[in-house]
Amino acid sequence: MRLKPVRGSGITRAGTKAERGVIELDNVSHSYGDGDLLSNVSLTLAPGAFHFLTGPSGAGKTTFLKICYAELLPSAGGVRLFGGDLRRMDRDQVARTRRRIGVVHQDCRFLDHLPLIDNIALPLLAAGLDPVSERDNIDELLNWVGLRARAGALPPELSGGERQRAALARAVIMAPDVILADEPTGNVDWDMSLRILQLLIELNRMGKTILIATHDLHLIRSAKPLVAARVLRIKDRQLHLAGADL
Amino acid sequence: MNGARRIVRLLRGDPRAGQVVPPSGFTARLTQFTSGAMAFLAVFAMALSFSAGHLAERWSQALARTATVRISAPEGQMEAQTIAVLEVLRTTPGVASARPMSLDEQRALLEPWFGPDLPVETLPLPRMVELTETAEGVDAEALRLRLAGEAPGAVLDDHTRWRRPLVRAADRLRGLGWLSIGLIGAAMAAMITLAANSALAANAQVIEVLRLIGARDSFIARAFVRRFTRRALEGAAIGTALAMLAVAFLPGEGDDGFLSGLGFRGWDWLWPLALPPLAAFVAFWATRFAAFRVLKGVT
Ligand SMILES: Nc1ncnc2c1ncn2[C@@H]1O[C@H](COP(=O)(O)OP(=O)(O)OP(=O)(O)O)[C@@H](O)[C@H]1O
Ligand SMILES: [Mg+2]
Repeated sequence: MRLKPVRGSGITRAGTKAERGVIELDNVSHSYGDGDLLSNVSLTLAPGAFHFLTGPSGAGKTTFLKICYAELLPSAGGVRLFGGDLRRMDRDQVARTRRRIGVVHQDCRFLDHLPLIDNIALPLLAAGLDPVSERDNIDELLNWVGLRARAGALPPELSGGERQRAALARAVIMAPDVILADEPTGNVDWDMSLRILQLLIELNRMGKTILIATHDLHLIRSAKPLVAARVLRIKDRQLHLAGADL
Repeated sequence: MNGARRIVRLLRGDPRAGQVVPPSGFTARLTQFTSGAMAFLAVFAMALSFSAGHLAERWSQALARTATVRISAPEGQMEAQTIAVLEVLRTTPGVASARPMSLDEQRALLEPWFGPDLPVETLPLPRMVELTETAEGVDAEALRLRLAGEAPGAVLDDHTRWRRPLVRAADRLRGLGWLSIGLIGAAMAAMITLAANSALAANAQVIEVLRLIGARDSFIARAFVRRFTRRALEGAAIGTALAMLAVAFLPGEGDDGFLSGLGFRGWDWLWPLALPPLAAFVAFWATRFAAFRVLKGVT
């Protein structure tokens, strides 16, 4: 199964330079036009680390993640992905870099005309790989997120929780080094939230770097005994390391 | 050609890569139809060009082969000048043969206008010398100069006076035919660009998602390019086939008129076969251009 860090692992490569992060933000500021939403934020995601990102609605969590996978170029500051300066990358390099970052988008972002299984296999197709030869991996992945029976359904026919699990499956299909999840438990009941959390912890144990944006403090608390997670909070346009109050 | 190979590879390539863009039935059929209609028109423009070309050729050939020298001279000098003209023609390169027309022949020429009873003998008619040219032809200007020196009453009529405008008109027609083909091609490129742009705009979300999951621009562009190239090729193939049938079954054969000569001959028939690949080529570049322009605006 492809959930092992087999493809272009930044972890082994980072071994020569242990302190280097897979995603590094250096004094990043961003504004959508009227005033800074983020101001001089710096962060280094070390390989294999597990982070939560929290903060009130509208604080800029999604914006922060978008900067991390290069959907947004920040107004100021430097972004390095796997050691490469984002501003120096051409469009093809950005595309290749994104294949190493699995993203669970807050709104999932599926292609509504394709059945679930094709949506999950889409990153393979886009990377020039043959989804047919990966059929076993895809099936296993569907089992893992409990969606095997829904493989042929179109995304609009899925429940919120099913969509989020499917998004997780798509995020990991390329065996990425990093997984960024934006409110991955936003639409699901508590049991399902825990299951999704379990899946992400499982991925972390395989060596993946994980960053989860969530405003669900219960989720963060229930993760504490299971994984050595750090909690970041966006407050007053800054990134803070949350302490024992959680 | 590198471009042609790319198009073939594209059309043969992985069909699943094309499915990442949702099907767009209506634009598809519209593109196909327009491409077909354009190809149909292009075949006719081509037929027009070829016919005009053949016509110009036939006219110049048929008319260039004969000429006449008309001698108007006072009664006493007619014989001497006729002999002088014949002598000049005998030594002119490009003249195969020359002979004076008999009175009977001249009468036959005039009969349609004056009736059979015209007393030709009593009229001060000019003398006519008919000459046939060899394949190389005669240098008419040089011959004129020599005739003016040797026989001042002799006038060379090589039919160029009325042949030239006809040939020029036919040549112009041929040029216009090719220009029309060029315009048809340009119109098709414009139309496919419009259709591709509308398809790209309608699929902005799809393009965004594809970029976010790590698709390169060329992968996304290919999905669109493949589709439009294929439609253009299919449409043009159908349009070309129909137009070729229509040209083949145009009535009239053998007659010398212009309309009955409209059509292809021999190897001409191969030319329309170039239209479908040409349409595919135009569609390929038009869509590719449109796609990369749109992709520039997506992160
Ligand atoms: N494309 C955009 N253009 C302008 N403003 C934007 C844009 N995207 C987000 N914003 C604004 O930026 C602020 C932060 O948005 P963001 O989505 O990052 O918040 P968030 O922390 O993820 O919130 P939530 O918890 O509700 O998901 C919000 O006020 C939002 O309205
Ligand atoms: Mg958000």
